[in-house]
Amino acid sequence: MTAVKTKAGPKAGATAGPKAQGRRRLRYAGTVALFLLPSAIPLTLFTLVPMAASLWTSLHEWNLIQPMTWVGLGNYAELLGDAETRAAFWHTLYFIAGYLPLVYAGGLGLAVLLNRAMKGRDLFRAIYFLPVITSWVVVALMWKWLLNPATGLVNQALSLIGVAGPGWWTDPVWAMPSVILASAWKDLGFVMIILLAGLQAIPKEYHEAARVDGAGGLRRFRYVTLPLLSPSTFFVIVISLINGFQVFDQVHVMTGGGPAGATQVVVEQIYDLTFRYGRAGMASALSWLLFAVVLIVTVVQVRAQRRWVNYG
Amino acid sequence: MGKVVRYALVVLGALVMLFPFAWAVITSVTPDGAVLATPPDLTPDDPTLDAYGRLLEAMPFWRIVLNSAWIGAASTILQLVTGAMAAYAFARLPFPGRGVLFAVYLTTLMVPMQVLVVPLFIEMRMFNLVDTYFALLAPSIASAFGVFLLRQAVAQVPKEFDEAAVLDGAGHLRIFVSVILPLIRPALATFAIFGFMASWNSYLWPLIIIRSPEFRTIPLGLAELHGQFTTEWNVVMAGSVVSVVPILILYVFAQRHVIASVAQSGLK
Repeated sequence: MTAVKTKAGPKAGATAGPKAQGRRRLRYAGTVALFLLPSAIPLTLFTLVPMAASLWTSLHEWNLIQPMTWVGLGNYAELLGDAETRAAFWHTLYFIAGYLPLVYAGGLGLAVLLNRAMKGRDLFRAIYFLPVITSWVVVALMWKWLLNPATGLVNQALSLIGVAGPGWWTDPVWAMPSVILASAWKDLGFVMIILLAGLQAIPKEYHEAARVDGAGGLRRFRYVTLPLLSPSTFFVIVISLINGFQVFDQVHVMTGGGPAGATQVVVEQIYDLTFRYGRAGMASALSWLLFAVVLIVTVVQVRAQRRWVNYG
Repeated sequence: MGKVVRYALVVLGALVMLFPFAWAVITSVTPDGAVLATPPDLTPDDPTLDAYGRLLEAMPFWRIVLNSAWIGAASTILQLVTGAMAAYAFARLPFPGRGVLFAVYLTTLMVPMQVLVVPLFIEMRMFNLVDTYFALLAPSIASAFGVFLLRQAVAQVPKEFDEAAVLDGAGHLRIFVSVILPLIRPALATFAIFGFMASWNSYLWPLIIIRSPEFRTIPLGLAELHGQFTTEWNVVMAGSVVSVVPILILYVFAQRHVIASVAQSGLK
C-alpha cells in the first residue's frame, strides 16, 4: 500500500497542464458541493435562518400580524423583571428537582438489580425500556387516566387502604408531582441502560480486592461502584438537565400549564406568549434566555466534573 | 442480597413498567358505562371493541397513523442520505474552510427546537406553507446530529479501502456508494432508529404548524382526541393503544440493537 501516492483530491492532477488542472479543480469543487448541498441547504433554510430571525424578532414587539416595532433589548429587560417569567423558571427548576433524583435513584436501582447474570435478564431490560420508546403524549394520557382524581386507578387503590388520594393534576399542589411521576416513569429505562453500561465496564478485580479487604456489600457500593460509575452519572445528569429545562410535551398534555399556572414551565410560557398573548418578540427573547441558561448550566457542569468524576 | 429478593424486585419493577400499558388495553375494551365505575373492573365481564369503532368515527385515525408512518420513513431516509453525504465530505474531501463549516453544523446542533419554532412558523407562513406536509417534514430533512454521528463512522473506515477503489478507477460517488456506505451500516442503522423514533413521537412542531385534521400525526391526533372525549377514557386509551402497536412491533424486532445503540451513544 505504501506505493500508492495518489490522493483523492485537487492535487491529483498536479502533473497535468494548467488548463486541465483548472478543469480538475472545478470538478473537485463540484464534487464537494454535490456531497454538501443536500444537507447545507435545508440546515441553512430551516435552522440557520430561523436562528437569525429569532434573534432579530427578540429585539422587536410583534403580534405576528401587524408590522414589527423595534424595542432593542426591551424584551430581555422586561423578562428579567417579569414575575411570570420568574415563576416559569421556578416551576421548571421544581420539575428538575423532583424528576432528576427520582429517575436517577430508580434507574440506578434497576441497573444494579440487572447487573448480575439472571434468567430472563434481556427480557426485563427490554420491558424497562418500553416506556422510553413510547411517545410523551401517550405516556401523559396513560398517567392522566391512572391519576384521575375521582375514578383513576391510583386513587381507587389508595381508598382501598383507607387513604383519600389527592386531586393530582387537578390540584395546584399535586399537579407538578403528577407530571414528575409520569416523566420519571418514562425515563427510568433510559437511565438504567446508561448506568448498566457503566456498571458493566467496572473491572471485577476492584470488587474482589475490596472484598478481600473485608468491605461489605454496602461499603463496596459506596467506595467502589459509585466512584467508578461517576462518568455515567455525569452523563445522565447533563442529559437530564438539558431535557428537564426543555420539558413541554407531558406538561402540555397533562395540565396545559395549570391548574392556576402551577405547572407553567418555560417552554409552555414560550408557547403561550406566541400563540395566546401575541408576543412573538418576547417569546423569542425567552427562548434565547432559556438557551443561555441551559448552556451555562452545561458548561458549569463540564467544568465541575473534574472535582467528582473519576475517569479511572 | 438474596437471589429471591433480587428476583422479586426485578419482577416488581417489570410490573410497574408494564401495568400502565395493560391498564390502557383493559380500559380500551371496557364498555362506556363501566369505564368510570367504582371500584374499577380489572377484568371487564363484557369486553367490547366499541371504543375502537368510535375512535375511527371520530377522526380519520388510519390516515393519521399513515401520516406518522410515511413522515417518519421519509424524514429518516432524507436524514440518512443528506447526513451520510455530508459525513463523507467532512471526513474524506479536504477543502478550504472545512473546519469552520463543520463548526457551523455543530452550532445548529446545540440550538434547541424551542428557539426555532416561532421563526420557523413565521418562515413557513411567509411561503404559505403552514398546514402542509412539506412544513411538517422541513425541519427534519437534514440533521446536524446525523452528520456528526455518521462522520465519526466514516472517519473510522481505513483510507486503504478508498485507495484500493481509486486504483480501480472509482470516483468519489462510487467510493461513497460501494465502499463507504456498506462499511458504515451499523451507524446508519443506529441513526435510522433514532430518526424514526424522534419523528414518530414529535409533538411541539406539528402542534404549531398543523391545523387540518388530515395532516395530523399521531401525537397531535391523540391530544385532539383527549380534548374531544374528555371523560371517555376508553376511546382515548383505544387511540393510545393503536398508536403504540406499530412502534412496539418495530421494537420487538430491533430491541437488542436499540438498547445497544443507546448504551453506546447515550441517545434516545
